[in-house]
Amino acid sequence: MEFFFEVLLGGLLAGVMYSLVAIGFVLIYKASGVFNFAQGSMVLFAALTFVSLHERGMPFWLAFAVTLAAMVVIALLVERFVLRPLVNRSPITLFMATLGLSYMIEGAAQALWGAQVHGLELGISDEPLALGGVLLSQFDLFAAGTAAVLVTALSLLFSKTRIGLSLRAVADDPLAALAVGIRLQRIWAVVWAVAGFVGLVAGLLWGARLGVQFSLSLVVLKALPVLIIGGFSSMGGAIVGGLIIGAFEKLAEIYLGPVIGGGLENWFPYVLALLFLLVRPAGLFGERAIERV
Amino acid sequence: MLYNEAGQFSTSYAGERRLFRLRQDRYALALLLAFAFVAVPLVGNDYWFSAILIPFLVLSLAGLGLNLLTGYAGQLSLGSAAFMAVGAFAAYNFGLRLPGLPLLASLFLGGVTAALVAVVFGLPSLRIKGFYLIVSTLAAQFFVSWALTKFGWFSNDNASGVISAPPLTIFGADFSTPVGRYLLTLGVVAALFWLGKNLVRSELGRNWMAVRDMDTAASVIGIPLLKTKLLAFALSGFFLGIAGSLWAFTYLGTVEPHGFDLNRSFQVLFIIILGGLGSILGNFLGAAFMVLFPLLLSNLAGLLPVGLVDPAQLENLQKFIFGALIIVFLIQEPEGLARLWQRCRERARLWPLRY
Amino acid sequence: MFKPTFARRLVLALSLSAAAFAAQAEPEQYFPLQSYRVGPYAAGGTGFFGGFIDYLQYVNANGGVNGVKLTWSECETEYVVEKGVECYERLKKGLNGAPAAATNPLSVGIAYATLDRSTADKLPLITINHGRTDSTDGSVFPYAFPLQLNPYSEVSAIVNYIGKQAGGLDKLKGQKIVTLYHGSPYGKETIPVLDLLAKKYGFTVEHVEVPHPGNEQQSQWLSIRRDKPDWVILRGWGVMNPVALKTAQKVGFPANRIIGNIWSNSEDDAAPAGAAAKGFISITTHPSGTQFPVLQGIKKTVVDAGKGNLADPKRFGSVYYNLGVVNGILNVEAVRIAQEKFGKKPLTGEQVRWGFENLKLDDARLKALGAVGLVQPLKLSCADHEGGGAVRFQQWDGQKWSVISDWVQADRALLRPIIEESARKYAKEKGITPRDCAKEG
Repeated sequence: MEFFFEVLLGGLLAGVMYSLVAIGFVLIYKASGVFNFAQGSMVLFAALTFVSLHERGMPFWLAFAVTLAAMVVIALLVERFVLRPLVNRSPITLFMATLGLSYMIEGAAQALWGAQVHGLELGISDEPLALGGVLLSQFDLFAAGTAAVLVTALSLLFSKTRIGLSLRAVADDPLAALAVGIRLQRIWAVVWAVAGFVGLVAGLLWGARLGVQFSLSLVVLKALPVLIIGGFSSMGGAIVGGLIIGAFEKLAEIYLGPVIGGGLENWFPYVLALLFLLVRPAGLFGERAIERV
Repeated sequence: MLYNEAGQFSTSYAGERRLFRLRQDRYALALLLAFAFVAVPLVGNDYWFSAILIPFLVLSLAGLGLNLLTGYAGQLSLGSAAFMAVGAFAAYNFGLRLPGLPLLASLFLGGVTAALVAVVFGLPSLRIKGFYLIVSTLAAQFFVSWALTKFGWFSNDNASGVISAPPLTIFGADFSTPVGRYLLTLGVVAALFWLGKNLVRSELGRNWMAVRDMDTAASVIGIPLLKTKLLAFALSGFFLGIAGSLWAFTYLGTVEPHGFDLNRSFQVLFIIILGGLGSILGNFLGAAFMVLFPLLLSNLAGLLPVGLVDPAQLENLQKFIFGALIIVFLIQEPEGLARLWQRCRERARLWPLRY
Repeated sequence: MFKPTFARRLVLALSLSAAAFAAQAEPEQYFPLQSYRVGPYAAGGTGFFGGFIDYLQYVNANGGVNGVKLTWSECETEYVVEKGVECYERLKKGLNGAPAAATNPLSVGIAYATLDRSTADKLPLITINHGRTDSTDGSVFPYAFPLQLNPYSEVSAIVNYIGKQAGGLDKLKGQKIVTLYHGSPYGKETIPVLDLLAKKYGFTVEHVEVPHPGNEQQSQWLSIRRDKPDWVILRGWGVMNPVALKTAQKVGFPANRIIGNIWSNSEDDAAPAGAAAKGFISITTHPSGTQFPVLQGIKKTVVDAGKGNLADPKRFGSVYYNLGVVNGILNVEAVRIAQEKFGKKPLTGEQVRWGFENLKLDDARLKALGAVGLVQPLKLSCADHEGGGAVRFQQWDGQKWSVISDWVQADRALLRPIIEESARKYAKEKGITPRDCAKEG
């Protein structure tokens, strides 16, 4: 029984790590309606930049600030050269544009910082904690704490600040927001910059887990089912979706694995998301599209 | 002036409905086919056949398969590589376990198997719409990858899980030389494109386009949504399955499930986006771009003095340029290369007049 | 008036260029390099090809192979199969008249895809320390060479080492070994052999799969912890390795009970895991380090002269770099041996193949090459394209690898019948008639 709880808790904590990446997607989708496939490469770029600067002797906080600045620059460039010309196009066109963007960012990241694998130490030792017979990972707990802080901060940003209010207005109805005088371009740049910041945090945590290398951009494939279950436009949904995916994925691997063959972590989340969608076609917290003929 | 339509009238209903109404178009097609079937085998060399022409043809066919589903029927799919994999492995197993089965028959049966698998993963499309549908095809992508690696039966219990091409003989003639493989691929692709072009001109094709544009309205006027969508998945799976078998048999010679991963799906999606959604010619143009552009870049780099650019940096630069080109294309010509071609044709029909 | 001058000019131009060509005809042997320097496995690629190219430059600096200089060109494959195939087709003809000696793609996928082409084009395909296990049988695979070590030998050597730690192979009875393998054909390759060895020596083996790419291994390691095995064999690749070590630390499994295979044995696999990798054991066919005479020679003539191929000079002497140097030694030695038979000139692939099949490296020759301790004694033949099958074990101390054992030999006598049977099956499927090795020289 303890083993079951171990797996369950481990899965929940892993799910929180997935949610971290998913939050970046949600931010951008909420404000600009774009499904940003480049989020994975943004995570990679942020992590690589940070770790390369840190290795060259920059202290932690300075490297963090410089990387953040770099992400803001990227956000501005993306808004000016990708989003503005493609305004009002179909979602699939925007999705393909972000796909092209992800190639660009990956190429740039490797061209700038090289293809070496870097270790990343955040100073948290990963000795397991034993809580009542169940083993918990210190690092995962720290990551869960960070995610909680991040989500709280973002929710406060959205509900209490002017910028946050404008973001919600744009998410609700861009045309009306324009009519009221909200500068769409500025909002998009802000949103992409915030998503870059979230990507940096996710990149640091994932990089500490895996080592900073090219495969870091593949975490986006784990974030997709999270988004689909939680709905593309809800941050709470991203967290809940992450918890569900993480828990079920690990439990399925342990208990279903011996029955049908192991290694099902790659497709099980997607099948799970599919089953969810059949019941709720817009995800748990997503907005149902109303079709008019 | 050359492309003049004056004086060309159709005198029968059949003439009215034919595929290429202009005599010039028909001549051009005949010339092109003669060039491809007769001239190229005579002048081409191994490198062109094995590394450029065959992947170009196979990727065009894959693009056609995905275009039927996404471009014509409007169902977004990221699982094309999975269906290609199913086709390849099914064709291999049919050829292996039914001794004496002709090569073309095993290709066909491979396509049918892929069609059936595609229908299974297309069933959710009845309930899920728009962007969320990618989850179903992504599930297909990862599930098929896993199943083909896990169960050794699919690869004849090969320790490494790879399948290799059967001997490529049709009616006794050996097609395993580069020229032979090229001709085999060209024949199959030409036949399937003829089939595809007629499919999209038929009632089924028009139903697909209605579903793509607004499926609620389509069902209101009486188009059976279930049948239409599932047929889209099935036929797309069929084309993709045959493309996958050709990829494995005539291009690479051996393939492991990892060769049909998510990157391959993205590649096929790029082909139809760049070539043009909802276009038949666009598949050729997109595939040509996909195959030739990296080669062009690396050959251009080869012309630079050695040591000027580090080869690794070159590769990163290529990726960067490729991504930038995709964005530029999407901004400038959202309907793809096929639209560019269309405009050239329209200008040609009026030439030397301007309008 | 116009035509004759033009024709005269043309003739002049052609004859000049012909003269230029004639003047350029220096004898050169060409090595096409299907390298990968970007993408998820770039760390291995840059190290390996860096070492290979540096060794070729070193040979050239010492007069080439009996006066024949070595030349090469790189074609980026990014570890993608069809790019490797395209590079192969483009480069197989040679460079400026210099014939290609052998291909070294360092990729299982590309090796499989170019295997038939290599046989048809008569160009040796070198898959050092990896490759298709049954290509060890050269009678069915005349042009494929899994030099030094094939996958079956790997696991056999690991089992022998475990037995040695237990006090003898008979003491293995009742022990529990778990294999954590990468969810790909490469990872699954050795499952049947492990089951066979388990049956022979009486230990239980459990196979746990990690789906590609291996970013998440929590459930796998939790179930490993539940089963409490004595040893874990790690058959990883790329990011799976550091994640495995970190996750092992998370669940409290000791790193010194994890043995990594030949593709989990580099600095880039252990270093990113930080403190979690301390004590991690892995196999290697060659130690890392810079003390070997051949490496010192490379340092003096190539690296210090500013012509080193590595972007990061700190990687000189790392595991992948040394693998590239070893690969270079073996390739060049094959060319040298072939030249003794066919003449001191640039050789065709078929002739170089003869050189590989008669490759013999004993202690005396290794001393002359400056590679004692770096390369194991090898003896290839028509029937045996592997030639070695021995590994040493090394342990990570947080900074570098230190060798902790002597050469441990794989049980090749046990493995040979399996390899031959698999090769026969392939021959039947493809309709190949195996060569008769007894008849060939």
